[in-house]
Amino acid sequence: MPEVKQQLLCYHCGELCTDESIIVDEKYFCCLGCKLVYEILEENNLCTYYDFNKTPGVQQRNLTGNRFSFLDEIPIKQQLINFQSKNEVQVLFKIPSMHCSSCIWLLENFKRIDSGIISSQVNFLKKELLIVFDESKTSLRKIVEQLAQTGYEPSLYLDSINKTEKKKVSRDRVIRIGIAGFSFGNIMLLSFPEYFSSGRIADPGLKQFFSYLILLLSLPVFLYCASEFFIKSFQALKHKASSIDIPIALGIAAIFIRSSYEIISQTGAGYFDSGSGLVFFMLIGRWFQDFTFESLAFDRDYKSYFPIAVTTIKNGLEKEVIVNDLKTNDRILIRNNEIIPVDGLLLKGTANIDYHFVTGESVPVNHQPGETVFAGGRQTGSMIELQVIKEISQSYLTQLWSRNILKKTESNFDKIVKAISKWFIAIVLFIAYVAGAYWWNTDIHKAINALTAVLIIACPCALALSAPFTYGNILRILGKNKIFLRDYHTIEKLADINMIVFDKTGTLTENNSSHINFVGETLTSDEEKIIFSLVRQSSHPLSKLLCKKIFSGSYYPVKEYKEEAGIGVSAVINSMIVKAGSNSFVGNFNESANNKTTKVFITINNYYRGFYEFNNHYRPGIKDLVSKLINKKYKLAVLTGDTENEKNNLNKLFSGKATLCFSQSPQNKLDFINAMQQNKSKVLMMGDGLNDAGALLKSDVGISVAENTNSFTPASDGIIDATQLPCLSNLLLYSKSAVRIIVISFIISIVYNIVGISYAVTGTLSPLIAAILMPISTISLVLFTVIASTIKGRMLKF
Amino acid sequence: MSVIIVLITVSLVVAAGFLISFLWAVKSGQYEDDYTPSVRILFDNDILENKDPEKK
Repeated sequence: MPEVKQQLLCYHCGELCTDESIIVDEKYFCCLGCKLVYEILEENNLCTYYDFNKTPGVQQRNLTGNRFSFLDEIPIKQQLINFQSKNEVQVLFKIPSMHCSSCIWLLENFKRIDSGIISSQVNFLKKELLIVFDESKTSLRKIVEQLAQTGYEPSLYLDSINKTEKKKVSRDRVIRIGIAGFSFGNIMLLSFPEYFSSGRIADPGLKQFFSYLILLLSLPVFLYCASEFFIKSFQALKHKASSIDIPIALGIAAIFIRSSYEIISQTGAGYFDSGSGLVFFMLIGRWFQDFTFESLAFDRDYKSYFPIAVTTIKNGLEKEVIVNDLKTNDRILIRNNEIIPVDGLLLKGTANIDYHFVTGESVPVNHQPGETVFAGGRQTGSMIELQVIKEISQSYLTQLWSRNILKKTESNFDKIVKAISKWFIAIVLFIAYVAGAYWWNTDIHKAINALTAVLIIACPCALALSAPFTYGNILRILGKNKIFLRDYHTIEKLADINMIVFDKTGTLTENNSSHINFVGETLTSDEEKIIFSLVRQSSHPLSKLLCKKIFSGSYYPVKEYKEEAGIGVSAVINSMIVKAGSNSFVGNFNESANNKTTKVFITINNYYRGFYEFNNHYRPGIKDLVSKLINKKYKLAVLTGDTENEKNNLNKLFSGKATLCFSQSPQNKLDFINAMQQNKSKVLMMGDGLNDAGALLKSDVGISVAENTNSFTPASDGIIDATQLPCLSNLLLYSKSAVRIIVISFIISIVYNIVGISYAVTGTLSPLIAAILMPISTISLVLFTVIASTIKGRMLKF
Repeated sequence: MSVIIVLITVSLVVAAGFLISFLWAVKSGQYEDDYTPSVRILFDNDILENKDPEKK
C-alpha cells in the first residue's frame, strides 16, 4: 500500500517542508531563514504579521552574511540617502518583495525591530519605503541587514546612487486643473441668467454684478492656468516651428480680449464660460498625457543591474569600493551569487559563471585561473578573486549597451499634428479675415464680432485631446494586462510592424524550468530518493531543477559528498557510491551520447542507470501565437545564443516559416536586425536578457519579456509579462485600431468646427451657443475615444 | 431680489474654501499614494493593545 505523506507547509512562507526538523512553538518551517524571521517577529511582538494573511512570507534561502559591509563607507552612504539634518537621516528604499498587507504592516512597524528608526512609510504601488532614522542609534547598514533578514531586502543597484530629482510637474498641473475647474463651474453657473434671458437681464445692477464676478473668476484661469500654452507658443514662434499650442493660445487670447472688452464696456456678456472650459479640458488632456507609469522605468541600462559596491583587496586588506571607482589591475573578490561588475582575469578560485543574462546560455560556464571572466555574469560557487582588466564603463557589455544607436525618430502622428496645426492656423485666420472683411462695409460691429467669433470657436480640440485620451487609455488597459509600453509613439510604431524577431532562451522558453525526462530503466522510488538526497546538496542550476522534479519528502544521510563544479557530484549513500553528472564524470558509459541536449548521467554503485534529459520547455500558447502571426502575414525569425540542438523543435513550432539563426552573439543579433531594416522591414524584437539589449534598441520596437516585472530588464520600448506573450497578436491588432479611432475623432472635430464656424461667420455666435458647442464637442470627443478604445480592448480580450 | 448678491457671495466664499483645502491636500502630497492608506486604516492601533492586556 503506498504511503500517504503528510504535506507539511512552512508557517512563514507556505512552501513545502522537506522534513520536520525545523520547529518552533509547534510551528514548522521549511528552512532556517524562515525560522529566523519568525523568531525576530516573535521577539518583538510582531506576530500580528501572520494575522493578515496566512503565509505572508517569502522563502528565505540566502542568509545575509557580510554582503552589506559596503554600506558603512561614507561616500557610498552619502550617495544613497535623501538628506540628513542633525542626527536624522532620511532614505528611500525600493523593496520589490513587498506584496501584501502584512508586508505593509511589518514595514511600517519596523521601528519595533530597530529602535533607531523614527518613522517608516510605505508607498505600496511604487514599492518604496521611506525611512527616517537616528544616526546615533542605528546605521544604514544595520537597517538594510535587518530588512534583508526579514525578507524585505532593498534593491541596491548602481542606479540608486546619483538619483536625479523627480519632477514635480504633475502636481503643478493638478493644481492648475483644480483652479480652472473651480472657475469653469462657477462661471457657468453665474452665466445662467445670461442664457435664459438672452442677454436682457432686468436689473442692471445685478447684470453688472454677475459680469464683474465672472471677470474676476476668469483672471486666475487665463493668467495662471493657461500660461503654459502661451509660453510654449512663444517658444515655438521664436524658433519658427509649428506647434499645437499656437492655435490654442490664439483662441484663448481672443476669448480673453474680446470678453474683457465686452464686460468692461458693458456691450455683452463675454465668452468666459467657454473659455475657462476650454482651458480646463485642455489641461486635463495634457495631464492625461503625462500620466505615464511611474512604477516602471524604461530607461534601464547596466546601472540597474550591477551592484553598487564590490570588495577589493589592497595590501592584504579588504575594502568596499563603489564599482564606478574600480581601476585596472585592482583585485576584487566575488562571492557566491554576486554579479561580476567588470571584465576580469581570474586569479584564484573556480569560477562557475551563469551568463544567462549576457549570452543567453542557460548552463553556467566553468573558468579556471588565468581565463578571462566577463562583466554581467553571476558567480555560482565559492568565492573567486579577479584582477580588473577593464573599468566598468569600458567592459564589453557596457560598450555594447551604450552604443550610439539613434532611436528617436519623430512619430508619424507628431508629424501629422505639426502639419495640421500649420494649416489650421492658416485656414482659421483666413476665414476670420474673410468674415471680417465681408461685414466690414455693412456693420463694423458685426465684422469684429464675426472675426473674433471665428477665432474663438475654431478649436483644434481633436488634435490636442484625441491622442492623449486614446493612447493614454490604451496604455492604461494594457498596463492592467501586464503589458507596459513606454509611450504613445510605441503604440503607433507597433501598428506599422511587419516583421517579428524572437529570442529563444527566456523568451520563447520558460526561464529556469526545463522539461526533464529520464532515459533508461525506470527508477524505483527508493532510487529516486537516493538521487534526490545527492543532488539537494548541490547549488548547480541543473541540480536544483532535478530537486524540484524528483522531490521527495525525506532524504537519506549523505557521506563523502564531493562536487566538481560544472562536472558532477558524488557521494556515499546507504553504503553505495552515487554519481550524477557529465558522461565522462560518471565513467563514460554512454558512448552514443550526442550533444544535442543537456544530460545528467546517473550511476548507482557504479552501475549505469541512465540519464536525465533537459529539454527546453516552450511557453504554453506559443504555437497558437505563431500560427496567428503567420496568418496575418508577419515575417518571423528566431535568434538565439544557444547551439543548433533545438533546430527541429523550432522548425516544428514555426511550421518552417521562420528564419532560424543559432549561436548568435549580441553583435550578430544587432547586425541581423540592421540587415532586415535595410530591407525596408519594420522590426519588432522580443527578448529578455542583456545579450538582446543592442538588438532591442536597434529594432523599431523592442519589447522585453519579463518573468518578474519588478526585477531587472534591459532598456526597451515596452515590457511584457512572460505569461502574456501569447497576446502579442492581439496587441498588434489593438495598436492598429488605435490609429483608426484617432482618425474618426478627427472627423468628429471637423464636423464640430464646421458647425461652429458657420455660426461665427454670420455673426450670430451668442455666448449660449458657444457654451453649448464647445463643451459638447470636447466631451463627445473624449467619450468617443475612451469608449471606443475600451470596447475594442474588451473585444481583444484585454 | 438683491439678496441674491449676498447669497452668491457667501456661496463663492464657501466654494473658495473647498478649493483652498484641495490645493492644500495636493501640495502636502496626499495624492502621491492613493493605495497604501486604504490598507493602513485596517491595522490595529497597537499602542492601545499594549495598554489593555491587564484588562483582558
